[in-house]
Amino acid sequence: MNAPILIFGWGNPSRGDDAVGPLLVERIDALNFPGVECLTDFQLQVEHALDLKGRQRVLFIDASVEAATPFTVTPLIADKDASFTSHAMSPQAILHAFTQLEGCPPPPCWMLAVRGESFELGEQLSSSAELHLKAALQWVQRWLDA
Amino acid sequence: MSFELETAVHPEKLKRVAIEPVSRVEGHGKVTILLDENDQVHQVRLHIVEFRGFEKFIQGRPYWEVPVMVQRLCGICPVSHHLAASKALDMIVGAKLTPTAEKLRRLMHAGQMLQSHALHFFHLSSPDLMFGFGSDAAQRNVVGIISAFPEVAKKGVLLRKYGQEVIRHTAGKRVHGTGSVPGGVNKSLSVDERDQLLKDIYQMVAWSREAVQIIRGLFEKNLEEYNAFGRFPANSMSLVRADGAMDLYHGGLRARDAAGKVIFDHHNYEHYWEVISEDVKPWSYMKFPFMKALGPDDGWYRVGPLARVSNCDFIPTPLADKAREEFLAFDAGRAAGATLGYHWARMIEMLHAAETIKDLLHDEDILGTDLMAKGERAQRGVGVIEAPRGTLIHHYRVNEDDQIIRANLIVSTTHNNQPMNEAIRQVARQYLNGKKLTEGLLNHIEVAIRCFDPCLSCATHALGQMPLEVELIDAEGGCVDRLVKNQLAASSAD
Repeated sequence: MNAPILIFGWGNPSRGDDAVGPLLVERIDALNFPGVECLTDFQLQVEHALDLKGRQRVLFIDASVEAATPFTVTPLIADKDASFTSHAMSPQAILHAFTQLEGCPPPPCWMLAVRGESFELGEQLSSSAELHLKAALQWVQRWLDA
Repeated sequence: MSFELETAVHPEKLKRVAIEPVSRVEGHGKVTILLDENDQVHQVRLHIVEFRGFEKFIQGRPYWEVPVMVQRLCGICPVSHHLAASKALDMIVGAKLTPTAEKLRRLMHAGQMLQSHALHFFHLSSPDLMFGFGSDAAQRNVVGIISAFPEVAKKGVLLRKYGQEVIRHTAGKRVHGTGSVPGGVNKSLSVDERDQLLKDIYQMVAWSREAVQIIRGLFEKNLEEYNAFGRFPANSMSLVRADGAMDLYHGGLRARDAAGKVIFDHHNYEHYWEVISEDVKPWSYMKFPFMKALGPDDGWYRVGPLARVSNCDFIPTPLADKAREEFLAFDAGRAAGATLGYHWARMIEMLHAAETIKDLLHDEDILGTDLMAKGERAQRGVGVIEAPRGTLIHHYRVNEDDQIIRANLIVSTTHNNQPMNEAIRQVARQYLNGKKLTEGLLNHIEVAIRCFDPCLSCATHALGQMPLEVELIDAEGGCVDRLVKNQLAASSAD
């Protein structure tokens, strides 16, 4: 039986601020919230649609250069977007795949986009991304308490 | 030497079409096509920007970190790099693996093979195969497959999911696993984990058999087109076991020419440079490997499922071996030389992977706890495995302080550089000559590239996603039309 809440972060830990997603999920996991499952991956793939099964709500987390500082939260709507033509899918496309595979709407899902600046191979997390991550962690704690 | 359609005689007089980057392949690449005023094709090239940043990235790091670090090279085939690096570092620590350690690694590898081949066939290539290469682009994607063939799509998702469960139980985590380490593995398989995997494996074998029948049926339905599409004669190379069997984890290097004659056999991969070398071309950043015995003009070769299935003497699991025999006999052997034969061979390998998982789960050694070995320390290590896309070579030098001082990686997609170029030149000649270019026609080029399931992320040694752009440029270099086919919203480098 799946935990009612899923937090799913993705990114490459070795590409500077791209590590924000998995790092934030790691820190949330360390807080041991009951009823919360934390998962990470390099990128979203179609089978991740199955991770949404049986959830009450889901939070996706990724780094973004387009997000406001320190982060942006938006509700997600299933959408058949162009990312279907790639190895990596968007969260909207994952929700769409869930609908198609399961024959029912996905659970309520949100996107937490944490502002990142630099994504070069071998870089550490930038100091600004570290601040954004801390701010995002506080928001996630409130979201989980809600 | 320049191959036919590799270099135009008067490129300055031609108009240029760029497919940039190629979609549904990992990372990014670009295809350029030069056409004259009558839309006759004069030059076709696949460009992949090879970035050697990753080798530098791991220089100076302690060797025991490498099997974990190299997984960050690629989000698509991290387990392949994890295992190839581990094998190379087994040499550094002088280890001969315990039976349990080797079988756990083989189980992990089979899980990776299963999930990678399932993703490629069911979600990246089936849209082309089931709807048609030039069909409506709005439908020609995995969502179209889920809508039109929901049961097929669901089996693809569940096969992939199962393969990842195998990886999770053997590598310790779903992603960035640490299971394989220099000298062995650091995690045993519990009885509960074994039983969980056993519960579904027979279904996975059955679905893999169905997948072989799906691609066979597509060949039967489109026989002439599939046999001719992007067809070209080529040498092939893969690992084989000492008795000639397919072995995806370990063996000696075997190469055959296009007629099946053996060029070298059971060559010790620890000295791979004795039989293969890499050529460079002024128009490409990616190297062109070749067999030294034949030279750069004639010695290029293909790797991956098609090469492996036709290169080995047999497959050591019964259902996959029967499927191999049927494949090699089909239409008097013509499918085994077809570029689209990659898909059929890939499904045979998926079946082999499922059977291998079943066999290993029934092997008592898999539950053993003797996981580590060590021996005499060395300074050079070479690890070679057959990754989902083909032969993968990791080569390291380590100093007395246990730091990596040199790394060289030759990935499957680099081996397939010249074959992919050959395939798209054949397709351009067959489908594009004299025609006004449309998205559907240009997709034929991408279909040919996707047969090889290239991992450009590995080939370029850098992760990245870029949108697909098609640019039509006139003889003066001006852009007369531009189409952005795939604009990902995600902005990170994932």
